Amino acid sequence: MADLRFLYIYKRDMTRYFRFKTQLLSSLLMPALWLAFFGMAMTGNFERIMPAGDAIAGVPQIDYLTFMCAGIIAVTILFTNIYGGFFFLFDKNWGILREIVASPMPRKNLILGFCMSGITKSCIQATIVLIFGILLGVSFFGGYSLLRIILSVAGILSFVSLFAIAFLCISASIGLRMESAEGFQGVTTLLTMPLFFMSNALYPTNGLHGLLQTASAFNPLTHLINGIRYFAIGNDFTAIGLHFIYSTGDILISFVYLAIFALLMFAVAFKTVESIVVT
Amino acid sequence: MPDDNIIEVKGLSHSYGDFEAVRHITFSVRRGEIFSFLGPNGAGKSTAINILITLLKIQKGDIIISGYELSKEPQGVRESIGIVFQEITLDRDMTVEETLQFHGRLYSMKTEEIKSRTDELLELVELNDKRDKYTKELSGGMKRRLEIARGLMTRPEVLFLDEPTIGLDPQTRRKTWEYLRNVNREGTTIFLTTHYMDEADILSDRISIIDHGKIIITGTPQELKNNLGNDLIYLQTSDIKNSERILTGFPGVKDIREKNKGIVLTTDRDGTRILPEVVKTLEDNGILIEAVNLKKPSMDNVFMHYTGRELRDGTDSNNRREQQ
Repeated sequence: MADLRFLYIYKRDMTRYFRFKTQLLSSLLMPALWLAFFGMAMTGNFERIMPAGDAIAGVPQIDYLTFMCAGIIAVTILFTNIYGGFFFLFDKNWGILREIVASPMPRKNLILGFCMSGITKSCIQATIVLIFGILLGVSFFGGYSLLRIILSVAGILSFVSLFAIAFLCISASIGLRMESAEGFQGVTTLLTMPLFFMSNALYPTNGLHGLLQTASAFNPLTHLINGIRYFAIGNDFTAIGLHFIYSTGDILISFVYLAIFALLMFAVAFKTVESIVVT
Repeated sequence: MPDDNIIEVKGLSHSYGDFEAVRHITFSVRRGEIFSFLGPNGAGKSTAINILITLLKIQKGDIIISGYELSKEPQGVRESIGIVFQEITLDRDMTVEETLQFHGRLYSMKTEEIKSRTDELLELVELNDKRDKYTKELSGGMKRRLEIARGLMTRPEVLFLDEPTIGLDPQTRRKTWEYLRNVNREGTTIFLTTHYMDEADILSDRISIIDHGKIIITGTPQELKNNLGNDLIYLQTSDIKNSERILTGFPGVKDIREKNKGIVLTTDRDGTRILPEVVKTLEDNGILIEAVNLKKPSMDNVFMHYTGRELRDGTDSNNRREQQ
C-alpha cells in the first residue's frame, strides 16, 4: 500500500493556517498595500507623465494597475513560499521535527505534505489578491465568458502551484540546514530582492541593462508573471506605451521551464531532508 | 543474544571530528528493568542515546534492540521504541489530544486504536481535563507528562528518556518518577540518561556510570554503594582513647578519627558486616557503647570514588533547557 502519511503533515500545516489567521492575514497585507498605495499612485503618475501611447486598432489598452497586479500576485507567492521554509527551522529548534525524523515515517513525506500545503495556501492567496485587485479597479478578464474566466483562473493557479513548489523547496532546504532565524532571514532576503527587481513585476524588462535583461529571461518570477498576464489579460495588449504579445509557444515554454525548475528544487529538498541530522 | 536482554550494545564508539564523545562502550539492558546512564553534562550520554534512537548514524559498534540490528533494520528499531527527548519537543499550536493523534498517525496506528490509546494514556498521566488545551498552555511538568504519554502511544517495548526531569521543580520531579515507575510496572523497559544522583538512585534497577565517553562501572544502586565500602560508623563510648587503640588494625577498618564524644570509623567494605564484630570486641574489652550510627555512602560519594571528581548536581543544570 502506498504511504499516505504525507496527508497528516499536510493536515497539520493547514490546521495551523486556518486556526491562527495571522499567517493568512499578514501574507495578504503586503499585496494589498502594494496595490492600494504603490499601484494607485503610480497609475496616476504614469497617466500624467506618460500619456498612453498610440492605441493600436483592435488591441486592448491596459492601465498600469492592471499591469502590475499580475506582478504583485506573483511576488506575493514568491514571498510567502521563500519564507515558508522557516517553519522547518522553527520545528527543528522548538517543535516536533525530532519526533518526526525519529519516527518510522519516511522523511520524504515531510516534503510532500509541506509542498501540498504550500500549494493550497498559495492558491488561496493568489485568488484573494486577484479578487482584491478587481475590487480596486484592475481590469482582468476583460470581456471573458464565465467558462473562460474559470479556465483562466485554473491556468493562473497551475503556474502559481509550480512556482510555489520550487520556492518552498528552496526555502525548506535552507530552513533545514540553518541554525538561526537571523541566518535564514539574511539568506532569503538576499535571494528575493534580485528576483523581484530583475523581473517584469513592476516594469517591463526592456529598460533593464542588457545583462540584467538576460538574467530576467531566466528568472522564474518573470515566467510566472508572463503566465499570469497571459491568462488574466490576454495574449496581445498594450500597457505603459509598450506592446505585449505572448504566443502560446512562449507560455508553454514558461510552463515547462517552471515545471523543470520545480522538479529540480523538489529533488534538492528531498535530498536535504534525507541527509540532515537532527538531534 | 539472551532472551532477557532487550538492548545489547557492543563496542559502541562515536566521534565528532577529532573529539571522541563515546568510547567503545558495551552494555545490555534487561527486559523489564529501569536502566540509567548517570554522568555529568558532556559525558557522552546524549550522544549514546541519540545513536540508540536512530537520530545519529551509528559509526562503530553493534546494537541490537528488540531483536533488530540497528545498523541493518533501523525501521524495526523505530517501530519498537518510544522516545522522550531532552528538550521539550511539542508543537505549541497543537492541542494535547492532537499531539497524541499526530504521533499515532506517524506510526501508522489505526484510528480506533489511536482513540482508545489516547483515552488510556491521558488517564495515566492525568491530563484528561487538558485534552483540548494547546500545548503552549501547559506547565513544564504537564508538558513532560504529555511527552511521556506520547512516547507510550505505540506500546513500545522500550521507552527512552533523555534527562527526563531536567528543569522541573522537586515536586514535579517526584511525580514524574511515579509515572515512570507505573509505566515500568506495566511492563515497559525504561532506558534513561540523567546527571541527577537522586534520580538514578531512586528510579533505577541498574546504573551505568559514564564519564568521558566511557562506562566506568555498572550495577544496582545498592551494589555500587556497597562495593565502595567506605561506610561511616559513629560510636559513642565510655572510653574514647581505649576504643581507638583496640580498633586500630581491626579487619575492615581503614581509618579512625575522634569526633565529638566518640569515634568515627571509615570502613573499606560493607559496614553492616563489620559493625557487630566491632561492638562485640569493644564490649569484651569492657568498654560501654552509648550510641551507634552507620551511614551509607550516597551516589555522590559513589560517583566521586569512581570518577575522581564531583558530579555537579542541581542548580547549574536547571537553566540548560532555556539555553539550548
